[in-house]
Amino acid sequence: MKKTIVEMENVSFHYGERQALSKVNFIINEGDFIGLVGPNGGGKTTLIKLLLGMEKPTTGEIQLFGQPIRKFKEKNKLGYVSQKANSFNSGFPATVEEVVTMGLTSKLGYFRRLTRQDKLHIYEAVEKVGMTEYLSENIGELSGGQQQRIFIARALVSDPKLLILDEPTVGVDAENVEKFFDLLHELNQQNISLLLVTHDIGTMTHHASKVACLNKTLHFHGNPNEFQTLSQDQLSDFYGHPLNLVTHEH
Amino acid sequence: MLMNLLEYEFLRNTFFTGIIIGIIAPLLGAFIVVRRLSLIADALSHVTLAGIAFGLLLEKKTGAMLITPFYSGLGFSIIGSVIVERLRRVYTAFQELAIPIILSGGVGLSVIFISIANGFNTDLYNYLFGSVSAVSRQDLYSIIIIAVIVCVVIFFLYKELFLLSFDEEQAVVTGIHAKRIHFIFIVLTALVIAASIRIVGVLLVSALMTLPVAASIRIAKGFKQTIIYAIIYGETAVILGLVSGYYLEIPPGGTIVMLLILLLIATIVTKKVIAKINSRKHRLKTG
Repeated sequence: MKKTIVEMENVSFHYGERQALSKVNFIINEGDFIGLVGPNGGGKTTLIKLLLGMEKPTTGEIQLFGQPIRKFKEKNKLGYVSQKANSFNSGFPATVEEVVTMGLTSKLGYFRRLTRQDKLHIYEAVEKVGMTEYLSENIGELSGGQQQRIFIARALVSDPKLLILDEPTVGVDAENVEKFFDLLHELNQQNISLLLVTHDIGTMTHHASKVACLNKTLHFHGNPNEFQTLSQDQLSDFYGHPLNLVTHEH
Repeated sequence: MLMNLLEYEFLRNTFFTGIIIGIIAPLLGAFIVVRRLSLIADALSHVTLAGIAFGLLLEKKTGAMLITPFYSGLGFSIIGSVIVERLRRVYTAFQELAIPIILSGGVGLSVIFISIANGFNTDLYNYLFGSVSAVSRQDLYSIIIIAVIVCVVIFFLYKELFLLSFDEEQAVVTGIHAKRIHFIFIVLTALVIAASIRIVGVLLVSALMTLPVAASIRIAKGFKQTIIYAIIYGETAVILGLVSGYYLEIPPGGTIVMLLILLLIATIVTKKVIAKINSRKHRLKTG
Protein backbone atom coordinates (compact mmCIF):
# COMPACT_ATOMS: atom_id res chain seq x y z
CA MET A 1 0.00 0.00 0.00
CA LYS A 2 1.51 3.30 -1.08
CA LYS A 3 1.72 6.12 1.45
CA THR A 4 -0.58 9.10 0.90
CA ILE A 5 1.42 12.33 0.81
CA VAL A 6 -1.33 14.80 -0.14
CA GLU A 7 -4.97 14.60 0.84
CA MET A 8 -7.54 17.26 0.04
CA GLU A 9 -10.93 16.72 1.59
CA ASN A 10 -13.98 18.71 0.47
CA VAL A 11 -11.80 21.70 -0.33
CA SER A 12 -13.56 24.80 -1.64
CA PHE A 13 -12.00 28.17 -2.40
CA HIS A 14 -13.43 31.57 -3.30
CA TYR A 15 -11.71 34.64 -4.73
CA GLY A 16 -14.12 37.18 -3.24
CA GLU A 17 -17.51 36.29 -4.73
CA ARG A 18 -16.10 34.00 -7.41
CA GLN A 19 -15.84 30.32 -6.65
CA ALA A 20 -12.58 28.83 -7.90
CA LEU A 21 -12.86 25.36 -6.37
CA SER A 22 -15.85 23.44 -5.08
CA LYS A 23 -15.64 20.41 -2.77
CA VAL A 24 -12.49 18.96 -4.25
CA ASN A 25 -11.35 15.57 -2.94
CA PHE A 26 -7.89 14.79 -4.23
CA ILE A 27 -5.15 12.38 -3.22
CA ILE A 28 -1.50 12.06 -4.23
CA ASN A 29 0.30 8.86 -3.25
CA GLU A 30 4.03 8.29 -3.00
CA GLY A 31 5.49 7.63 -6.47
CA ASP A 32 2.51 9.07 -8.39
CA PHE A 33 3.04 11.01 -11.60
CA ILE A 34 -0.20 12.94 -11.91
CA GLY A 35 -1.12 15.09 -14.86
CA LEU A 36 -3.57 17.78 -13.81
CA VAL A 37 -5.60 18.98 -16.77
CA GLY A 38 -8.62 21.23 -17.17
CA PRO A 39 -9.84 24.37 -18.91
CA ASN A 40 -8.48 27.88 -18.29
CA GLY A 41 -9.95 29.23 -15.06
CA GLY A 42 -10.79 25.70 -13.94
CA GLY A 43 -8.82 26.11 -10.71
CA LYS A 44 -5.58 24.23 -11.50
CA THR A 45 -3.27 27.02 -10.38
CA THR A 46 -5.51 27.71 -7.36
CA LEU A 47 -5.21 24.07 -6.31
CA ILE A 48 -1.42 24.36 -6.51
CA LYS A 49 -1.44 27.60 -4.50
CA LEU A 50 -3.47 25.84 -1.80
CA LEU A 51 -1.01 22.92 -1.68
CA LEU A 52 1.92 25.33 -1.44
CA GLY A 53 0.26 27.29 1.36
CA MET A 54 0.05 30.48 -0.70
CA GLU A 55 -3.74 30.50 -0.18
CA LYS A 56 -5.92 29.04 2.56
CA PRO A 57 -9.03 26.98 1.68
CA THR A 58 -12.37 28.65 2.35
CA THR A 59 -13.67 25.30 3.59
CA GLY A 60 -12.26 21.78 3.76
CA GLU A 61 -9.04 20.21 4.98
CA ILE A 62 -5.64 19.68 3.42
CA GLN A 63 -3.12 17.19 4.81
CA LEU A 64 0.51 17.18 3.66
CA PHE A 65 2.67 14.21 4.59
CA GLY A 66 0.18 13.26 7.29
CA GLN A 67 -0.02 16.72 8.87
CA PRO A 68 -2.68 19.42 8.59
CA ILE A 69 -1.28 22.06 6.22
CA ARG A 70 -1.37 24.81 8.87
CA LYS A 71 1.06 22.77 11.00
CA PHE A 72 3.24 21.64 8.09
CA LYS A 73 6.68 23.21 8.39
CA GLU A 74 8.91 21.00 6.20
CA LYS A 75 8.55 23.21 3.12
CA ASN A 76 11.62 21.58 1.59
CA LYS A 77 9.57 18.41 0.99
CA LEU A 78 7.70 20.35 -1.70
CA GLY A 79 9.52 21.39 -4.86
CA TYR A 80 7.84 23.94 -7.10
CA VAL A 81 8.53 25.03 -10.65
CA SER A 82 6.16 27.86 -11.44
CA GLN A 83 4.57 28.93 -14.70
CA LYS A 84 6.48 32.19 -14.34
CA ALA A 85 9.85 30.52 -13.78
CA ASN A 86 10.88 30.90 -17.39
CA SER A 87 9.51 34.43 -17.69
CA PHE A 88 12.02 35.88 -15.21
CA ASN A 89 14.07 38.97 -16.05
CA SER A 90 16.70 37.45 -18.36
CA GLY A 91 19.06 40.35 -17.63
CA PHE A 92 19.22 39.40 -13.95
CA PRO A 93 22.88 38.79 -13.12
CA ALA A 94 22.64 35.33 -11.54
CA THR A 95 24.75 32.29 -12.38
CA VAL A 96 23.26 28.81 -12.64
CA GLU A 97 24.93 27.95 -9.34
CA GLU A 98 23.39 30.98 -7.62
CA VAL A 99 19.92 30.14 -8.96
CA VAL A 100 20.10 26.52 -7.80
CA THR A 101 21.40 27.66 -4.40
CA MET A 102 18.14 29.58 -3.92
CA GLY A 103 16.41 26.20 -3.61
CA LEU A 104 18.11 25.63 -0.25
CA THR A 105 16.66 28.76 1.34
CA SER A 106 13.82 27.00 3.15
CA LYS A 107 15.98 24.05 4.23
CA LEU A 108 18.63 26.33 5.71
CA GLY A 109 16.22 28.74 7.39
CA TYR A 110 17.05 32.30 8.41
CA PHE A 111 20.61 33.41 9.23
CA ARG A 112 22.26 30.10 8.21
CA ARG A 113 24.88 30.08 5.47
CA LEU A 114 25.90 27.32 3.06
CA THR A 115 28.13 24.50 4.27
CA ARG A 116 30.49 22.42 2.10
CA GLN A 117 27.88 19.64 2.20
CA ASP A 118 25.22 22.03 0.86
CA LYS A 119 27.52 23.02 -2.00
CA LEU A 120 28.02 19.36 -2.87
CA HIS A 121 24.27 18.95 -2.90
CA ILE A 122 23.95 21.85 -5.33
CA TYR A 123 26.41 20.22 -7.74
CA GLU A 124 24.48 16.93 -7.48
CA ALA A 125 21.19 18.65 -8.34
CA VAL A 126 22.76 20.37 -11.35
CA GLU A 127 24.32 17.07 -12.42
CA LYS A 128 20.93 15.37 -12.16
CA VAL A 129 19.51 17.71 -14.81
CA GLY A 130 22.67 17.41 -16.93
CA MET A 131 23.77 21.05 -16.70
CA THR A 132 27.10 20.80 -14.84
CA GLU A 133 29.09 22.55 -17.56
CA TYR A 134 26.90 25.66 -17.24
CA LEU A 135 27.37 26.18 -13.48
CA SER A 136 29.15 29.52 -13.78
CA GLU A 137 27.09 30.86 -16.72
CA ASN A 138 24.51 33.58 -16.25
CA ILE A 139 21.06 31.98 -16.44
CA GLY A 140 19.81 34.61 -18.89
CA GLU A 141 22.32 33.37 -21.46
CA LEU A 142 20.80 29.85 -21.61
CA SER A 143 18.02 28.59 -23.89
CA GLY A 144 14.42 28.19 -22.62
CA GLY A 145 14.81 24.40 -22.27
CA GLN A 146 18.09 24.75 -20.37
CA GLN A 147 16.60 27.37 -18.06
CA GLN A 148 13.71 25.02 -17.33
CA ARG A 149 16.20 22.31 -16.31
CA ILE A 150 17.91 24.77 -13.97
CA PHE A 151 14.60 25.61 -12.31
CA ILE A 152 13.99 21.91 -11.80
CA ALA A 153 17.47 21.60 -10.27
CA ARG A 154 16.56 24.49 -7.96
CA ALA A 155 13.43 22.59 -6.90
CA LEU A 156 15.38 19.31 -6.48
CA VAL A 157 18.18 20.67 -4.35
CA SER A 158 16.06 20.63 -1.18
CA ASP A 159 15.32 16.88 -1.67
CA PRO A 160 11.59 17.24 -2.29
CA LYS A 161 9.27 14.27 -2.02
CA LEU A 162 6.70 15.98 -4.23
CA LEU A 163 7.58 18.10 -7.25
CA ILE A 164 4.85 20.44 -8.46
CA LEU A 165 5.23 21.84 -11.96
CA ASP A 166 2.83 24.46 -13.33
CA GLU A 167 2.82 24.52 -17.17
CA PRO A 168 6.57 23.90 -17.27
CA THR A 169 6.84 23.31 -21.02
CA VAL A 170 5.34 26.63 -22.16
CA GLY A 171 7.81 28.27 -24.53
CA VAL A 172 10.03 25.15 -24.76
CA ASP A 173 10.58 23.65 -28.23
CA ALA A 174 9.37 20.11 -29.10
CA GLU A 175 12.80 18.46 -28.88
CA ASN A 176 13.42 19.88 -25.43
CA VAL A 177 9.90 18.95 -24.29
CA GLU A 178 10.77 15.32 -25.05
CA LYS A 179 14.03 15.56 -23.09
CA PHE A 180 12.13 17.28 -20.31
CA PHE A 181 9.68 14.37 -19.96
CA ASP A 182 12.58 11.90 -19.99
CA LEU A 183 14.01 13.80 -17.03
CA LEU A 184 10.65 13.73 -15.22
CA HIS A 185 10.45 9.95 -15.66
CA GLU A 186 13.97 9.58 -14.24
CA LEU A 187 12.99 11.66 -11.22
CA ASN A 188 9.79 9.69 -10.77
CA GLN A 189 11.81 6.47 -10.75
CA GLN A 190 13.88 7.96 -7.92
CA ASN A 191 10.63 8.01 -5.90
CA ILE A 192 9.86 11.70 -6.37
CA SER A 193 6.11 12.14 -6.82
CA LEU A 194 5.10 14.55 -9.56
CA LEU A 195 2.10 16.80 -10.03
CA LEU A 196 2.24 18.41 -13.45
CA VAL A 197 -0.28 21.01 -14.57
CA THR A 198 -0.72 21.22 -18.30
CA HIS A 199 -3.12 22.06 -21.11
CA ASP A 200 -1.69 19.33 -23.32
CA ILE A 201 -4.03 16.42 -22.57
CA GLY A 202 -2.51 14.25 -25.32
CA THR A 203 1.03 14.44 -23.95
CA MET A 204 -0.19 14.02 -20.40
CA THR A 205 -2.15 10.86 -21.05
CA HIS A 206 1.00 9.46 -22.68
CA HIS A 207 3.44 10.30 -19.86
CA ALA A 208 1.55 10.43 -16.55
CA SER A 209 0.59 7.43 -14.44
CA LYS A 210 -2.63 9.17 -13.40
CA VAL A 211 -4.72 11.98 -14.86
CA ALA A 212 -6.85 14.40 -12.86
CA CYS A 213 -9.30 16.64 -14.65
CA LEU A 214 -10.31 19.77 -12.75
CA ASN A 215 -12.96 22.30 -13.63
CA LYS A 216 -13.95 23.90 -10.31
CA THR A 217 -14.50 20.39 -9.02
CA LEU A 218 -12.59 17.19 -9.73
CA HIS A 219 -14.37 15.49 -12.66
CA PHE A 220 -11.93 12.66 -13.18
CA HIS A 221 -9.06 11.07 -11.26
CA GLY A 222 -7.76 7.80 -12.61
CA ASN A 223 -5.41 6.15 -15.03
CA PRO A 224 -4.71 7.68 -18.45
CA ASN A 225 -6.15 4.73 -20.40
CA GLU A 226 -9.52 5.23 -18.71
CA PHE A 227 -9.33 8.94 -19.45
CA GLN A 228 -8.74 8.22 -23.14
CA THR A 229 -11.81 6.00 -23.31
CA LEU A 230 -14.08 8.80 -22.14
CA SER A 231 -16.60 9.86 -24.73
CA GLN A 232 -16.38 13.23 -26.44
CA ASP A 233 -19.61 14.26 -24.70
CA GLN A 234 -18.17 13.40 -21.28
CA LEU A 235 -14.99 15.37 -21.97
CA SER A 236 -16.94 18.34 -23.31
CA ASP A 237 -19.08 18.17 -20.19
CA PHE A 238 -15.95 18.26 -17.96
CA TYR A 239 -14.47 21.18 -19.88
CA GLY A 240 -17.71 23.11 -20.26
CA HIS A 241 -17.19 23.42 -24.02
CA PRO A 242 -16.86 21.04 -27.03
CA LEU A 243 -13.54 19.16 -26.95
CA ASN A 244 -11.79 16.61 -29.16
CA LEU A 245 -9.09 14.49 -27.53
CA VAL A 246 -6.08 13.97 -29.80
CA THR A 247 -3.38 11.73 -28.37
CA HIS A 248 0.18 11.95 -29.60
CA GLU A 249 3.71 11.07 -28.60
CA HIS A 250 6.33 13.76 -28.31
CA MET B 1 45.78 66.44 0.10
CA LEU B 2 47.52 63.65 2.02
CA MET B 3 49.25 66.14 4.36
CA ASN B 4 46.01 68.03 4.88
CA LEU B 5 44.26 64.74 5.48
CA LEU B 6 46.59 64.02 8.36
CA GLU B 7 46.32 67.57 9.64
CA TYR B 8 42.59 68.37 9.47
CA GLU B 9 39.99 66.28 11.24
CA PHE B 10 37.15 67.34 8.92
CA LEU B 11 39.06 65.98 5.93
CA ARG B 12 39.72 62.68 7.69
CA ASN B 13 36.03 62.41 8.60
CA THR B 14 35.02 63.07 5.00
CA PHE B 15 37.55 60.60 3.63
CA PHE B 16 36.52 57.78 5.99
CA THR B 17 32.84 58.50 5.33
CA GLY B 18 33.56 58.37 1.60
CA ILE B 19 35.24 54.97 1.92
CA ILE B 20 32.30 53.64 3.96
CA ILE B 21 29.56 54.86 1.63
CA GLY B 22 31.62 53.68 -1.35
CA ILE B 23 30.97 50.19 0.03
CA ILE B 24 27.43 50.31 1.44
CA ALA B 25 25.75 52.37 -1.30
CA PRO B 26 26.67 50.00 -4.19
CA LEU B 27 26.13 46.95 -1.93
CA LEU B 28 22.52 47.90 -1.32
CA GLY B 29 22.28 49.42 -4.81
CA ALA B 30 22.82 45.96 -6.37
CA PHE B 31 19.59 44.73 -4.74
CA ILE B 32 17.78 47.97 -5.60
CA VAL B 33 18.70 47.74 -9.30
CA VAL B 34 17.81 44.05 -9.80
CA ARG B 35 14.51 44.62 -8.02
CA ARG B 36 13.82 47.49 -10.43
CA LEU B 37 13.46 49.92 -7.54
CA SER B 38 16.10 52.42 -8.69
CA LEU B 39 13.76 55.38 -8.33
CA ILE B 40 12.94 54.56 -4.71
CA ALA B 41 16.36 55.89 -3.74
CA ASP B 42 15.47 59.18 -5.44
CA ALA B 43 12.11 59.37 -3.66
CA LEU B 44 13.67 58.69 -0.25
CA SER B 45 16.49 61.17 -0.81
CA HIS B 46 13.91 63.92 -1.41
CA VAL B 47 12.12 62.98 1.81
CA THR B 48 15.49 63.14 3.54
CA LEU B 49 15.88 66.67 2.18
CA ALA B 50 12.58 67.57 3.87
CA GLY B 51 13.96 66.17 7.13
CA ILE B 52 17.19 68.14 6.76
CA ALA B 53 15.21 71.33 6.03
CA PHE B 54 13.13 70.61 9.13
CA GLY B 55 16.28 70.23 11.25
CA LEU B 56 17.75 73.47 9.88
CA LEU B 57 14.43 75.26 10.48
CA LEU B 58 14.36 74.12 14.11
CA GLU B 59 17.93 75.28 14.52
CA LYS B 60 17.14 78.69 12.99
CA LYS B 61 13.93 79.27 14.92
CA THR B 62 15.06 78.05 18.33
CA GLY B 63 18.70 79.00 18.05
CA ALA B 64 19.61 75.67 19.63
CA MET B 65 20.49 72.44 17.92
CA LEU B 66 17.67 70.29 19.31
CA ILE B 67 18.24 67.70 16.63
CA THR B 68 20.97 67.87 14.02
CA PRO B 69 19.88 67.98 10.35
CA PHE B 70 21.61 64.59 9.89
CA TYR B 71 19.29 62.94 12.42
CA SER B 72 16.16 64.77 11.30
CA GLY B 73 17.00 63.72 7.71
CA LEU B 74 17.55 60.14 8.91
CA GLY B 75 14.23 60.18 10.77
CA PHE B 76 12.30 61.51 7.77
CA SER B 77 13.99 58.99 5.51
CA ILE B 78 12.89 56.08 7.71
CA ILE B 79 9.34 57.45 7.98
CA GLY B 80 9.37 57.90 4.19
CA SER B 81 10.45 54.27 3.71
CA VAL B 82 7.55 53.07 5.90
CA ILE B 83 5.09 55.20 3.87
CA VAL B 84 6.54 53.86 0.59
CA GLU B 85 5.87 50.32 1.80
CA ARG B 86 2.31 51.19 2.87
CA LEU B 87 1.59 52.82 -0.49
CA ARG B 88 2.99 49.84 -2.39
CA ARG B 89 0.51 47.64 -0.56
CA VAL B 90 -2.39 50.02 -1.26
CA TYR B 91 -1.56 50.17 -4.99
CA THR B 92 -0.55 46.53 -5.54
CA ALA B 93 -1.20 46.79 -9.31
CA PHE B 94 0.63 50.13 -9.64
CA GLN B 95 3.39 49.89 -7.05
CA GLU B 96 5.59 52.47 -8.82
CA LEU B 97 2.95 55.11 -7.92
CA ALA B 98 4.47 55.18 -4.43
CA ILE B 99 7.58 56.85 -5.88
CA PRO B 100 6.08 60.06 -7.36
CA ILE B 101 3.78 60.38 -4.35
CA ILE B 102 6.61 60.24 -1.82
CA LEU B 103 9.03 62.21 -4.01
CA SER B 104 6.63 65.11 -4.54
CA GLY B 105 5.67 64.97 -0.87
CA GLY B 106 9.35 65.30 0.08
CA VAL B 107 9.93 68.26 -2.24
CA GLY B 108 6.68 69.92 -1.12
CA LEU B 109 7.61 69.65 2.55
CA SER B 110 11.14 70.92 1.83
CA VAL B 111 9.75 74.01 0.07
CA ILE B 112 7.41 74.71 3.01
CA PHE B 113 10.19 74.37 5.62
CA ILE B 114 12.61 76.48 3.58
CA SER B 115 9.96 79.17 3.06
CA ILE B 116 9.06 79.30 6.77
CA ALA B 117 12.76 79.74 7.54
CA ASN B 118 13.03 82.50 4.88
CA GLY B 119 15.81 80.54 3.18
CA PHE B 120 18.92 78.94 4.60
CA ASN B 121 22.62 79.62 4.37
CA THR B 122 25.17 77.59 2.41
CA ASP B 123 24.60 74.58 4.68
CA LEU B 124 21.56 73.60 2.59
CA TYR B 125 23.67 73.90 -0.56
CA ASN B 126 26.09 71.39 0.99
CA TYR B 127 23.22 68.99 1.67
CA LEU B 128 22.02 69.31 -1.93
CA PHE B 129 25.34 68.65 -3.67
CA GLY B 130 27.64 67.24 -0.96
CA SER B 131 30.69 68.76 0.65
CA VAL B 132 34.25 67.81 1.55
CA SER B 133 34.01 69.69 4.81
CA ALA B 134 30.57 68.86 6.12
CA VAL B 135 31.16 65.62 8.06
CA SER B 136 31.49 66.05 11.80
CA ARG B 137 32.98 63.41 14.09
CA GLN B 138 29.47 62.72 15.40
CA ASP B 139 28.23 62.21 11.81
CA LEU B 140 31.12 59.82 11.15
CA TYR B 141 30.27 57.71 14.21
CA SER B 142 26.62 57.54 13.14
CA ILE B 143 27.64 56.55 9.61
CA ILE B 144 29.93 53.79 10.98
CA ILE B 145 26.99 52.43 13.02
CA ILE B 146 24.74 52.54 9.93
CA ALA B 147 27.39 50.72 7.86
CA VAL B 148 27.74 47.97 10.48
CA ILE B 149 23.95 47.51 10.61
CA VAL B 150 23.71 47.36 6.79
CA CYS B 151 26.59 44.88 6.41
CA VAL B 152 25.41 42.58 9.23
CA VAL B 153 21.80 42.49 7.97
CA ILE B 154 22.87 41.81 4.38
CA PHE B 155 25.33 39.13 5.50
CA PHE B 156 22.67 37.23 7.43
CA LEU B 157 19.70 37.84 5.12
CA TYR B 158 21.62 37.61 1.83
CA LYS B 159 19.96 34.43 0.55
CA GLU B 160 16.46 35.65 1.45
CA LEU B 161 17.05 39.07 -0.17
CA PHE B 162 18.54 37.42 -3.25
CA LEU B 163 15.64 34.99 -3.70
CA LEU B 164 13.13 37.78 -3.09
CA SER B 165 14.85 39.87 -5.77
CA PHE B 166 14.97 37.04 -8.32
CA ASP B 167 11.62 35.34 -7.81
CA GLU B 168 9.16 36.78 -5.30
CA GLU B 169 6.62 33.98 -5.80
CA GLN B 170 9.21 31.29 -5.07
CA ALA B 171 10.31 33.26 -2.02
CA VAL B 172 6.77 33.20 -0.64
CA VAL B 173 6.43 29.46 -1.37
CA THR B 174 9.71 28.87 0.45
CA GLY B 175 8.14 30.39 3.55
CA ILE B 176 10.07 33.65 3.55
CA HIS B 177 8.22 36.54 5.18
CA ALA B 178 8.44 38.64 2.02
CA LYS B 179 6.75 41.72 3.51
CA ARG B 180 8.98 41.73 6.58
CA ILE B 181 12.18 41.26 4.58
CA HIS B 182 11.14 43.94 2.11
CA PHE B 183 10.42 46.31 4.96
CA ILE B 184 13.87 45.69 6.46
CA PHE B 185 15.37 46.26 3.02
CA ILE B 186 13.61 49.57 2.48
CA VAL B 187 14.63 50.81 5.94
CA LEU B 188 18.26 49.88 5.13
CA THR B 189 17.92 51.92 1.94
CA ALA B 190 16.72 54.89 3.97
CA LEU B 191 19.70 54.52 6.33
CA VAL B 192 22.23 54.37 3.47
CA ILE B 193 20.70 57.42 1.80
CA ALA B 194 20.89 59.42 5.01
CA ALA B 195 24.51 58.30 5.49
CA SER B 196 25.54 59.20 1.94
CA ILE B 197 23.96 62.63 1.70
CA ARG B 198 26.81 64.49 3.46
CA ILE B 199 29.22 63.43 0.73
CA VAL B 200 27.21 63.27 -2.51
CA GLY B 201 24.18 65.38 -1.63
CA VAL B 202 20.43 64.77 -1.84
CA LEU B 203 20.19 65.24 -5.57
CA LEU B 204 22.92 62.77 -6.46
CA VAL B 205 22.70 60.10 -3.79
CA SER B 206 20.66 57.68 -5.92
CA ALA B 207 23.42 57.85 -8.57
CA LEU B 208 25.94 56.44 -6.08
CA MET B 209 23.62 53.51 -5.47
CA THR B 210 22.73 52.75 -9.08
CA LEU B 211 25.55 53.87 -11.43
CA PRO B 212 28.23 51.50 -10.04
CA VAL B 213 25.74 48.63 -10.44
CA ALA B 214 24.81 49.76 -13.96
CA ALA B 215 28.50 49.49 -14.90
CA SER B 216 29.24 46.24 -13.08
CA ILE B 217 26.16 44.45 -14.43
CA ARG B 218 27.66 44.81 -17.93
CA ILE B 219 30.69 42.67 -17.10
CA ALA B 220 29.84 40.53 -14.08
CA LYS B 221 29.06 36.83 -14.04
CA GLY B 222 26.51 36.34 -11.32
CA PHE B 223 25.18 38.45 -8.50
CA LYS B 224 28.08 38.24 -6.05
CA GLN B 225 30.47 39.40 -8.76
CA THR B 226 28.05 42.23 -9.59
CA ILE B 227 28.25 43.41 -5.98
CA ILE B 228 32.06 43.18 -5.86
CA TYR B 229 32.58 45.09 -9.13
CA ALA B 230 29.98 47.68 -8.10
CA ILE B 231 31.85 48.33 -4.85
CA ILE B 232 35.13 48.69 -6.79
CA TYR B 233 33.49 51.19 -9.17
CA GLY B 234 31.83 53.05 -6.29
CA GLU B 235 35.00 53.21 -4.20
CA THR B 236 37.12 54.40 -7.15
CA ALA B 237 34.66 57.17 -7.99
CA VAL B 238 34.24 58.31 -4.37
CA ILE B 239 37.98 58.53 -3.65
CA LEU B 240 38.90 60.21 -6.95
CA GLY B 241 35.78 62.42 -6.73
CA LEU B 242 36.65 63.60 -3.21
CA VAL B 243 40.25 64.38 -4.17
CA SER B 244 39.28 66.22 -7.36
CA GLY B 245 36.43 68.01 -5.58
CA TYR B 246 38.88 69.17 -2.91
CA TYR B 247 41.43 70.54 -5.41
CA LEU B 248 38.86 72.05 -7.78
CA GLU B 249 36.90 73.48 -4.84
CA ILE B 250 33.60 72.12 -6.10
CA PRO B 251 31.05 69.90 -4.33
CA PRO B 252 32.23 66.27 -4.48
CA GLY B 253 28.72 65.08 -5.43
CA GLY B 254 29.26 66.43 -8.94
CA THR B 255 32.75 64.99 -9.42
CA ILE B 256 31.80 61.57 -8.00
CA VAL B 257 28.76 61.23 -10.24
CA MET B 258 30.60 62.42 -13.37
CA LEU B 259 33.40 59.93 -12.65
CA LEU B 260 30.83 57.17 -12.29
CA ILE B 261 29.30 58.13 -15.63
CA LEU B 262 32.77 58.08 -17.24
CA LEU B 263 33.44 54.64 -15.74
CA LEU B 264 30.06 53.44 -17.03
CA ILE B 265 30.78 54.70 -20.56
CA ALA B 266 34.29 53.21 -20.48
CA THR B 267 32.87 49.84 -19.40
CA ILE B 268 30.21 49.79 -22.12
CA VAL B 269 32.68 50.83 -24.84
CA THR B 270 35.40 48.38 -23.68
CA LYS B 271 32.91 45.52 -23.58
CA LYS B 272 31.70 46.32 -27.11
CA VAL B 273 35.27 46.53 -28.44
CA ILE B 274 36.20 43.20 -26.81
CA ALA B 275 33.05 41.56 -28.22
CA LYS B 276 33.93 42.84 -31.71
CA ILE B 277 37.52 41.57 -31.47
CA ASN B 278 36.29 38.19 -30.25
CA SER B 279 33.72 37.85 -33.03
CA ARG B 280 36.39 38.79 -35.63
CA LYS B 281 38.75 36.16 -34.15
CA HIS B 282 35.92 33.61 -34.25
CA ARG B 283 35.14 34.45 -37.90
CA LEU B 284 38.80 34.09 -38.84
CA LYS B 285 39.00 30.73 -37.05
CA THR B 286 35.88 29.34 -38.68
CA GLY B 287 36.98 30.74 -42.05
